[in-house]
Amino acid sequence: MSTKVQCVVCEGDVVLPAEVMEGELLTCPDCGTELEVVSLNPLTIAEAPEVQEDWGE
Amino acid sequence: MAHFFIFYTRLRTEEKLLFKAAEERGIPFSAVNVSDGMWPDIPGASGDVALCRCVSQTQNSALAVLLESRGVLTVNSSEVMALCADKIVTAAKLEAAGIPQPGYAVAFSPEGTIEGARRLGYPLVIKPATGSWGRLLAKINDRDALEAVAEHKTHMGAAHSVLFMQQYVEKKGFDLRATLLGGEPITVIKRCSEHWITNTARGATPEKYPLSPEIKALLGRVQDAIGGEVLAVDLFETPEGGWMVNEVNGQPEFRSSDGELTGVDIAGRLVEHVWSLAARN
Repeated sequence: MSTKVQCVVCEGDVVLPAEVMEGELLTCPDCGTELEVVSLNPLTIAEAPEVQEDWGE
Repeated sequence: MAHFFIFYTRLRTEEKLLFKAAEERGIPFSAVNVSDGMWPDIPGASGDVALCRCVSQTQNSALAVLLESRGVLTVNSSEVMALCADKIVTAAKLEAAGIPQPGYAVAFSPEGTIEGARRLGYPLVIKPATGSWGRLLAKINDRDALEAVAEHKTHMGAAHSVLFMQQYVEKKGFDLRATLLGGEPITVIKRCSEHWITNTARGATPEKYPLSPEIKALLGRVQDAIGGEVLAVDLFETPEGGWMVNEVNGQPEFRSSDGELTGVDIAGRLVEHVWSLAARN
């Protein structure tokens, strides 16, 4: 699998961690956008959703 | 053989710790992202165990109810999730058990909040019944602020039509967060902040804190009142030096209490505990 993806906001390079999983969150080092790995096959990232009212513990 | 599922929607630090802990212990498990899932295709059968770790409390509760309908043992149960997800329900349950908590009132209209404030006094805190990470908490210092916030709430939808008001507790810059597993407290941390909101999600700094017999006894009473396999209980020190329960969380995040700070591998203990329940289910 590719070890880098392109940020969907600024097109900066975002390095994927080893054994990346679906649902994993990444931060673009260039623009700081929080990204979510939404699919591994094909590898797809999207802007992570905004925090919802009922999120968290 | 029973299956062990860890359901999630977003891979937080806690979910990664849980996967790693299960792998290290050789506990067979399936990590299932239910973000795009659909019932009845989500796996799970009678005798299986499941850690429900959706980041949305609403989704987690729905998932637990559905899994329970098939005989899956969920951690926590949907009943405990429902008790903890709604602060009004939690307060009522604590009240029924005689457990100390900040004074509270529940209003059903902005007008009702005026009477609630008269009883509680200022400052007070208005909290959404559902929510966490310190979101939408409002410290109300006077009647002007109360009227403004209460009016705004009326435009925020049905979930805000019941207004949970709590006495403001001057907590000297910290609260305690205790994590209970299988009914026993396994960690206590102190969460320190100069801000009146002391969630670590809002930048509070965690420190280790000793488990005194008094705190242990209070946590035991909370456990008896709420039930559940894993709980996180937030405590305030009372002005007299005792303790009161501020909130009980039934789907806890635990990164601030885990590992180096407390010396307790919460993720490891949690997966071991859930897996042990499979033998009993």
